[in-house]
Amino acid sequence: MSSAWEVVIGLEIHAQLATKSKIFSGAPTAYGAEPNTQACLVSLGYPGVLPVLNEEVVRMAALFGLAVNATVAPRSVFARKNYFYPDLPKGYQISQFELPIVEHGEMMITDADGNEKRIGITRAHLEEDAGKSIHEGLDTSSGIDLNRAGTPLLEIVSEPDLRSAKEAVAYLRKIHTIVRYLGISDGNMQEGSFRCDANVSVRPMGQEELGTRAELKNLNSFRFIEKAINYEVERQIELIEDGGSVVQETRLYDSDKDETRSMRSKEEANDYRYFPDPDLLPVEISEEYIEAVRATMPELPSAKEQRFVDDYGLKVDDASILTGSRPLADFFEAVVEVAEASPQVAANWVIGDLAGALNRDNLEIGDSKISAADLAGLVNRIEDNTISGKIAKQVFEAMWNGEGSADEVIDAKGLKQITDSSAIEAVVEKVIAENPDQVAEYKGGKDKLIGFFVGKVMQETKGQANPGQVNQILKDKLS
Amino acid sequence: MMALHTRTLAELSVGLESGEFTSVELTQTLLDRIALRSSELNALITVTADEALAAAAKADAARAAGSGGTLNGLPIIHKDIFCTRGVKTTCGSKMLENFISPYDATVVEKLAAAGAVVLGKSNMDEFAMGSSNETSFFGPVRNPWDLECSPGGSSGGSSASVAARFVPAATATDTGGSIRQPAALTGTVGLKPTYGRVSRYGMIAFASSLDQAGVITRSAEDAAMMLGAMAGFDPRDSTSIDEPVPDYVAALGESVKGLRIGIVRQHFDEGLDAETGARVKEAIATLESMGATTVEVDLPNIDMSVPTYYVVAPAECSSNLSRFDGVRFGYRAENPEDLLDLYCRSRGEGFGDEVKRRIMTGTYVLSAGYYDAYYLKAQQVRQLIADDFQKAFADVDVIAGPTAPSPAFKLGDKVDDPITMYLNDIYTIGANLAGLPAISVPCGFVNDLPVGLHLVGAHFAESTLLMCAHQYQLHTDFHKACPEGFQ
Repeated sequence: MSSAWEVVIGLEIHAQLATKSKIFSGAPTAYGAEPNTQACLVSLGYPGVLPVLNEEVVRMAALFGLAVNATVAPRSVFARKNYFYPDLPKGYQISQFELPIVEHGEMMITDADGNEKRIGITRAHLEEDAGKSIHEGLDTSSGIDLNRAGTPLLEIVSEPDLRSAKEAVAYLRKIHTIVRYLGISDGNMQEGSFRCDANVSVRPMGQEELGTRAELKNLNSFRFIEKAINYEVERQIELIEDGGSVVQETRLYDSDKDETRSMRSKEEANDYRYFPDPDLLPVEISEEYIEAVRATMPELPSAKEQRFVDDYGLKVDDASILTGSRPLADFFEAVVEVAEASPQVAANWVIGDLAGALNRDNLEIGDSKISAADLAGLVNRIEDNTISGKIAKQVFEAMWNGEGSADEVIDAKGLKQITDSSAIEAVVEKVIAENPDQVAEYKGGKDKLIGFFVGKVMQETKGQANPGQVNQILKDKLS
Repeated sequence: MMALHTRTLAELSVGLESGEFTSVELTQTLLDRIALRSSELNALITVTADEALAAAAKADAARAAGSGGTLNGLPIIHKDIFCTRGVKTTCGSKMLENFISPYDATVVEKLAAAGAVVLGKSNMDEFAMGSSNETSFFGPVRNPWDLECSPGGSSGGSSASVAARFVPAATATDTGGSIRQPAALTGTVGLKPTYGRVSRYGMIAFASSLDQAGVITRSAEDAAMMLGAMAGFDPRDSTSIDEPVPDYVAALGESVKGLRIGIVRQHFDEGLDAETGARVKEAIATLESMGATTVEVDLPNIDMSVPTYYVVAPAECSSNLSRFDGVRFGYRAENPEDLLDLYCRSRGEGFGDEVKRRIMTGTYVLSAGYYDAYYLKAQQVRQLIADDFQKAFADVDVIAGPTAPSPAFKLGDKVDDPITMYLNDIYTIGANLAGLPAISVPCGFVNDLPVGLHLVGAHFAESTLLMCAHQYQLHTDFHKACPEGFQ
């Protein structure tokens, strides 16, 4: 990429709010139901029905606003966005336009140079989701599934403060983490409950005026977002350098071909004819309400990360990984509470073997096959020298496979570490006797062969000998 | 014996209670009358004889068991804008010609809970857009006072049915005068409550910020009985207001002595038929003779109400009617070529001219570049008009004037001239823009056609309006006059 160009990106994130019922009706919001089984008369836009605001979404939006240092508006207004589409039953989407519930927020990210960077959050507003069209399995017609119609969304709009695909992803991850911390969205990108559109433009380095932007849609994973933005940036730069100009348009990212292609241009864009929805009253929020919501604010990721470094003495990177999700951080703290080892050892196990096993089996931390207390039990057996770190990995696998707690596995498999010096000496003597050539070489100055002898001893003891003792005794006997 | 069809709700209630007749007998009598006479007027789109008789039998059983609501066994009809479960709800449109609602409107529910027996659904201007009932897909309704004349609109089926003694009471809706103007033109009482007093849930929306459900009856007392059963907060309508429902009937007996009546100069300007104006002035004089006083009040922005209304109402309607797209319910064009064709032809073929005119007007005033000049400006003027009323009600209890500029006009006379038609609501629209309650009461005749007195009250002053109308009716007989041929 030519460094003569500056990339400018703004993100519009749609976070589905984790309410039980829809934003303007009592219909359930659960994912994956049979088409149209979660569509009540309000979802279907029947004649005469009226929207009634689910107050839970107001609380969630306010909580988000406070978490990103934004202003939570004392008065916000729902407006109708008018356009025709089969998955939009009323012919308008209820959203917020001129007066959103959240404005002027911010989010800190770490940029490419490792510095803190402030990303402005222009606004976050509440709106209802549309349904979806179904084409598969239908010959010449299209189906409409309105289960999703009326699902509450918080649309979070950033300032055009992002300067690379990497920054965009970093910002997106931060928002993703925050909404899950707050418990206001499950953040599930596969199910579409966390979606993102990116406004991408380029301009000559140093130019004040923004270039013409393209809006990228259909970005449903962190990886695709980065790839789509990078593709689009290259496309725009090439286009301009070849004497062309960028057209303001909406472009769809095709992950199979790794390219973006034009969906509709500005000329074809709708005039949405926004106006305040006369069926809904303005949302009025008092200071007391805001303070009551603030009182429920959980510890946020940045504060938690700092605390893990300060209180537990964790490495910054490890603290950052552990605080990346609230359940993971909670799991770690539950391990620390029982473990007698240092928190860093506990962290190593959570980030290392446990995360690996979860990843391998495609599980979330909440589905871990080893409880925090059991993992602490395993750490304690290493700490008190009952087993070595290496044996511990074997014990961990057995625990993961449901063979019981650390103690049960150690007992059942007889994995207790051999710390009896005489027993180890006997094995050492046997190994020395069986390998006279290597002993001669060692004594001739080939120090590295110590590893060979340790390996032999460990092999003889099935790994159960205390490695420190083995080393010491070998050195004594061979000197 | 006084024939059942001539009696008011209050009188019928006494007869039912005393055992003079049963609800089944009453219902059958009125159904027979409807079967015999309603086609002359084209007042009903649907007659629900079987359901009505079943409900009447239930009401009789409830009465025998010593239970039943305030309207137990009393016959009514619903304007066909209210959704009724299992029964066609057409809204006067080809778009919903065969639409059967899967649910009941709150008004329908509440009146059923009070024991009312529903005989059918009344004809209306398409989607309540019209002042003569001529925009109905099901054809115009005729005025029982003169079959060549319009019964007013949009609730023309309700007003004609009550005037023709098919039923003593009918539900209706009022967005710019659609209850009061038809009431005036048919010699009936039409009450539009305060915006938010009655739930809009299940009432097919025309202009959400103006629409309000109300009633057409022959007496103010009956209107009080009906309103008592219909009013109240509804959690399904965010714009309904959580305010206790007073006993409207109990308040009827108070006196108009000392009642301060406001007179607005503009309401008697040119544009008002002289004879109509004379009847209205006589009515005000009668109220004065009963102890009320009159005060001139100024509503400086009231002249702007018609243009304001014809920006706000179409804007909301253009959005409200978007759901009629041929996809999920209602009329769908045959063999659409593609999605756009499905939309264009379903809506093009399903809606009538007046509805299309308003959708286009509304789309225009909300468009980018026009929004500020039209919609936003209209909302500002609307606020000024509401403020004017607010100021006026510091000095007066009600504002009196004509309901409509003239008595009933001939069918076909105004239908090709929208502006003249729109001006028929010039005196009623202000109350909708300000969300105020208002009532039209019969106050005399011009060339044998009824004239209505219009009374507007402050927010939630329905009791005052009903009391004033009731006291006036105790002193006058205009509401007892029955159109020739419908005695």
